[in-house]
Amino acid sequence: MSDILAVSSLTKRYGGLVAVKDVSFSVREKEILSVIGPNGAGKSTLFKLISSFVTPTSGEVRFRGERISGLAPHQAARKGVVRTFQETTIFKAMTVRDNVIAAHHLRSRASLAGFFFGTRLARQDEEEFGRSADEILTFLGLSAMRSEIASNLPHGHLRALGIAIGLATNPAVILLDEPFAGMNHEETQRAVEIVRGVRERGVTVLLVEHDMPAVMTISDRIVVLNFGQKIAEGTPQEIKDNPAVIEAYLGVEDESIGL
Amino acid sequence: MMKARNAIALAASLVLLLVAIPFGIQASGRADLYYTLTSVALLSIISAGVWLTFYIGRINIGQGAYALMGGYVSAVLVTRYGFSFWLTLPLAGLFCAAASVLIGLPILRLRGVYFAMVTLVLTEVARLLALALPITNGAKGIVSIPLPGAVRIFGLTLIPDFATLENPRLAFYIMAVIAMVLCFVGMYRLVNSRIGHLCQSLQQNEELASSIGVDIARLRVIAYAISSFLGGFGGAIFASITQSIYPSSFTVADSVNFMLNCFLGGLSYVFGPILGTFVLYFGWDILYSFGDFQLLIFSIILIALMLVLPNGLFSLRLSRSRGEVTQ
Repeated sequence: MSDILAVSSLTKRYGGLVAVKDVSFSVREKEILSVIGPNGAGKSTLFKLISSFVTPTSGEVRFRGERISGLAPHQAARKGVVRTFQETTIFKAMTVRDNVIAAHHLRSRASLAGFFFGTRLARQDEEEFGRSADEILTFLGLSAMRSEIASNLPHGHLRALGIAIGLATNPAVILLDEPFAGMNHEETQRAVEIVRGVRERGVTVLLVEHDMPAVMTISDRIVVLNFGQKIAEGTPQEIKDNPAVIEAYLGVEDESIGL
Repeated sequence: MMKARNAIALAASLVLLLVAIPFGIQASGRADLYYTLTSVALLSIISAGVWLTFYIGRINIGQGAYALMGGYVSAVLVTRYGFSFWLTLPLAGLFCAAASVLIGLPILRLRGVYFAMVTLVLTEVARLLALALPITNGAKGIVSIPLPGAVRIFGLTLIPDFATLENPRLAFYIMAVIAMVLCFVGMYRLVNSRIGHLCQSLQQNEELASSIGVDIARLRVIAYAISSFLGGFGGAIFASITQSIYPSSFTVADSVNFMLNCFLGGLSYVFGPILGTFVLYFGWDILYSFGDFQLLIFSIILIALMLVLPNGLFSLRLSRSRGEVTQ
């Protein structure tokens, strides 16, 4: 398996605070890689750096060998690196289906003027988006509520909608922001299945997460951050046995890191 | 089926606007209504531009600046350079659109009240510029602008010279109504096409919109340019009707009114600006008999309306005929 995403010497400073310091790792094609770490370890900043929502102070992110750091978020998305948000970030006043249809933007072949005048290409696009949206909604188990206004969805489904929006862009790499946060055991099980399904669609998954047991079951590899630095990288088993990781989580109950 | 219904609705409104209303006015002898209704049509075009900026999630209190700009562009081209009014009409719109791209690029990065405040200042800047620039003739303004001339193709008169007409008011009315219908057919199409989807995505969450690959900066500028085009277009026709343009032809109060027209009609209804402008214009006139209390009563009614119908007058009709609109 080849590397699809390469993070090298990534550093982000906010004034005197170093949120992310000299972090390097790479993501392989079609793997599930999780970034974990205690609160304030710099996970969120790293996430924003990779999705180009934040520009690094130094270092860079390369996608298939091409530098994406410093691009606008929509340009990174156009290349194929797409992030999802935590649950409140959806198009609240649109229906569930319209949310996903809107997110097909990158797949449109017709221009804006084409859509205005309703050219044949534009009509084909719209038909295709509808079909694809229905397929994605079925895949995520949302088809029963496709006509609901998105803000009325219960929490678990909101998260699924976020993933649906991400998938609609046809990404090569999808970045999931804490996909299991606040879920009970059963919901987590379902979400784990969804993330596996996403990978089976041929999408590389990079996720940032707190929920240790879920991360341990789902990940091919794990990167551990502490105080903005990478302290470990490896398979779930290697991470479990790593003394530096255990130390970083010292004071945390053993079960919560899945030991 | 949807298309057939839309075509019928369009035909019905054209018959109403171009046949029934002129006929009623002739019958009642109230020729002054032509001028009033022409104003409503033009103001609703200018307000449609404001509505479009609301549609991408920006509060625009600066439309007066573009209306003023459009009026001056048309007036200067007609009086100084002898352009045909009909040619200056699109030129005025395009000039405003180009100006709005330059202005919009930096200020559209602002959101909420910050954008609103900057646009509020724009109208005042436009007024001061009109006072100061040599080409606008300062406070004296540009007066005695000739009426729109004839348009002929191969000796065939498409549009007669307004100055030779027996009733130029009717001609202006017909022109304004046709422009309004074209404007709102375009707006309807825009909102109901994929572009409408994208504008809504911008209005509801810009971050998410950019994460799905929407070039939000570009889309914002496009919407603002269309908005300003409509402002300049409407302003140009106004200058031609009144045959004059002054720095005070469009003031901050007008900019606020354009925004109120949108609020009153309803921000989620594309035809809201027509209804809002109509009600606001006639409501103000009806209260004329209250003299000094006109503004007070007018304001109280407006505040009450916004409290009772926060989604505008159109929400009244929809909630009755289609059940409660989901929020």
